[in-house]
Amino acid sequence: MEHSVISASNFNAWFGDNHAVKDVSIKIEKNQVIAVMGPSGCGKTTFLRCINRMHELVPGARTEGTLKLYTDDIYTMNPIYVRYKIGMVFQRPNPFPNLSIYDNVVAGYKLNGLKIPKAEMDHIVEKSLTSAALWNEVKDSLHKKGTFLSGGQQQRLCIARAIAMEPEVILFDEPTSALDPISTSSIEALFHELKANYTLIIVTHNMQQAARVSDKTAFFYLGELVEFDNTRQMFTAPKDKRTQNYITGRFS
Amino acid sequence: MTPLENELSALKKELISMWILVQSQLNKAKEAMVQFDKDLAREVLVKEKRVNSFELKIDRDCENIFALHCPVAVDLRFLLAALKINTNLERIGDIAAGIALYVVESAVNFDVKALESTSILRMYDEAVNILIDTRAAFEKEDTVLARSIFKRDDVLDAINMNAPEVIGELIKADMNNLPEALYMLSIIRKLERVGDQSKNIAEEIIFYVEAKILKHFESGKRRVAGEE
Repeated sequence: MEHSVISASNFNAWFGDNHAVKDVSIKIEKNQVIAVMGPSGCGKTTFLRCINRMHELVPGARTEGTLKLYTDDIYTMNPIYVRYKIGMVFQRPNPFPNLSIYDNVVAGYKLNGLKIPKAEMDHIVEKSLTSAALWNEVKDSLHKKGTFLSGGQQQRLCIARAIAMEPEVILFDEPTSALDPISTSSIEALFHELKANYTLIIVTHNMQQAARVSDKTAFFYLGELVEFDNTRQMFTAPKDKRTQNYITGRFS
Repeated sequence: MTPLENELSALKKELISMWILVQSQLNKAKEAMVQFDKDLAREVLVKEKRVNSFELKIDRDCENIFALHCPVAVDLRFLLAALKINTNLERIGDIAAGIALYVVESAVNFDVKALESTSILRMYDEAVNILIDTRAAFEKEDTVLARSIFKRDDVLDAINMNAPEVIGELIKADMNNLPEALYMLSIIRKLERVGDQSKNIAEEIIFYVEAKILKHFESGKRRVAGEE
């Protein structure tokens, strides 16, 4: 039986001549939090962007190998559908500045012209904001602009926007690097709740965050997946010397 | 070197200094026992406070490194090992002080022939050598040397197991030997503990260097597991 929600097999990605992701094979299980770490330029964000086919939006970008959502090849699926099923949250909170909190949550539906009855839309908004631990804070100001919120709240709004599309997987690219410690802490707490329903893949430079929030950690270096193991193992006794050097700050 | 590496390096030096002090305490306690030198024994008792100070300082340094540097992987294992080695060394320091206290308390000096017949001197030398070798293993991160400690501890265990019979003989030979014999039995018991503490330290060295846990393995199995 196939438990992997995302699996890559000999997957490669290029930007022109730059071979950014090299022969990566990985199986990511459902309802887990996966941290992806590595030094700048190691290919971790490129790999993340390949998972929901954002990589191909860059001119000159190409990929090779297999990347699957369950048993479906992501690169033969409709890219719009891929992004329904694999949501993404970015480094800086990016709610649509001209939309209300309510409309931000359902932006995925509205922008794709999906007609949904008002009552159902209300339900999606409440459910998504509740799942993103934001409902109680914004339920009385749903029609204010999303940018009215604090940085941490804006990031949770972006998470609610991703959740609204009922994805299987949510990708996070440095989701707390622009946030203060309290907002970071609330987002990290949210990861633990979200994993009951979603699979989370988080690129982070913050190794303590990787240690705190993830079940498994992947370490990328020079485009290669050097090590992928249980986070506890990675942070106590990593198998590869390069992983150890990186997490102990001895990387040169 | 990173700030964390500097901290860990300083901590390692501090542990080695403590090790040397504890080793010196054991040697002096032995000398005091053989020479029946009560002044030297009192010196050991006074210096025990320095061993305790080392323990407190190392504990505090470990706590600070945990809090300020959030160590992981080999650094985390080193710190965890350092905390436990610190405790083990302090206990060996207590043992040296305990032996010195017997010398201070004893009304009669220990008969050198009795010390030899009970194998206390041989046991003492082996205990000190084991402690020296655990230090060398720690300094050089030499897990082969650390593993050799397990077998050598068996020598101390054998002498300890045989002690009731040997001490009994000493008492049977002359009832006047009773107080001295009881002190000797206690010293044997203490030296056996030095072996145990050194074995614990060897386990910590292997844990720190190789991420292998040998604690709570039976003696034979520990050797097999350690050699995997």
